[in-house]
Amino acid sequence: MDKETLIAELKTIVKPYAKDEAALANINENTDFINDLKINSANLVDVILDVEEKYNIVIDNESMEKMVNVKAAMEIIESKLA
Amino acid sequence: MTTHDILNYLPYSPPFLFVDGLDYIDCDKVVGHFTYHADMDFYKGHFKGFPVTPGVVLTETMAQIGLVCLGIYLKGGVPEGSGMGFGLTSTEIEFMHPVFPGEKVTVTSEKQFFRFGKLKCKVSMRNAAGREVCAGTIAGMVIAKPLQA
Repeated sequence: MDKETLIAELKTIVKPYAKDEAALANINENTDFINDLKINSANLVDVILDVEEKYNIVIDNESMEKMVNVKAAMEIIESKLA
Repeated sequence: MTTHDILNYLPYSPPFLFVDGLDYIDCDKVVGHFTYHADMDFYKGHFKGFPVTPGVVLTETMAQIGLVCLGIYLKGGVPEGSGMGFGLTSTEIEFMHPVFPGEKVTVTSEKQFFRFGKLKCKVSMRNAAGREVCAGTIAGMVIAKPLQA
C-alpha cells in the first residue's frame, strides 16, 4: 500500500475523534495524534481499535504505546500486514 | 473476588455512593441495584416541589455499577496505595422515564471492550416494575490518581 493511500485511510479513521480540524485537513506523516489532532487518551484507544478492525490486525500494548503519530501508526500497520 | 470485596473497593461514600449491592458479575457483565431514598439531598432542589431523580445521578449510578464495579472485578481489586483511580471518559445516554424518590433501580451493564485501560459498556437501568428508564453506552479509564494540588 502506498503512503498516500494509508494516510488517507488513517485520516478517515481519526476524523470522528480529532478536535483540531486544521491539523486534520493537513494530516501528514509527522502529525501527532495527541498534540496536533488533539485526540484525547480515551479516544486514542478507539482509534487503535478502529485500526485493528480496518486492517484485521491485533495491536499489543507495546505497539499501542508507540502509536502516537501518523508515522508510527503507518510503520506498525505495515509491519503487522507484512 | 466476591461481590462484597468489590463493594469494599469502591472509592465512594454517601452521599455519593449509588450502589447497594451486586446481583451478578462475570468478566462480561454486571448487574447491580440501588434505592434512591426520599431524603437524599438533591430532591430538595430537583425540582422545587416536585422531586425527580436527576439524569446526572442516574448516569452516575450506571457508571458506578456498570463501569467501576466491573472495572474493579476485571482488574482483580484495587491494591492499597496503588494510586489506581477511575475516570469517566464518555457517556451517551437516553432517558425514557422518570425515577421518583424511594424507587429501587437495577442496572445491567455488558462489556463492549476493555483494552488499553479503557472499559466501554452498554448499560441499561430498569425500575422495580421492569421498565427501562434509561440506557446507552458509558466509557471510562483506569487511571493513576492525580496528586492533589
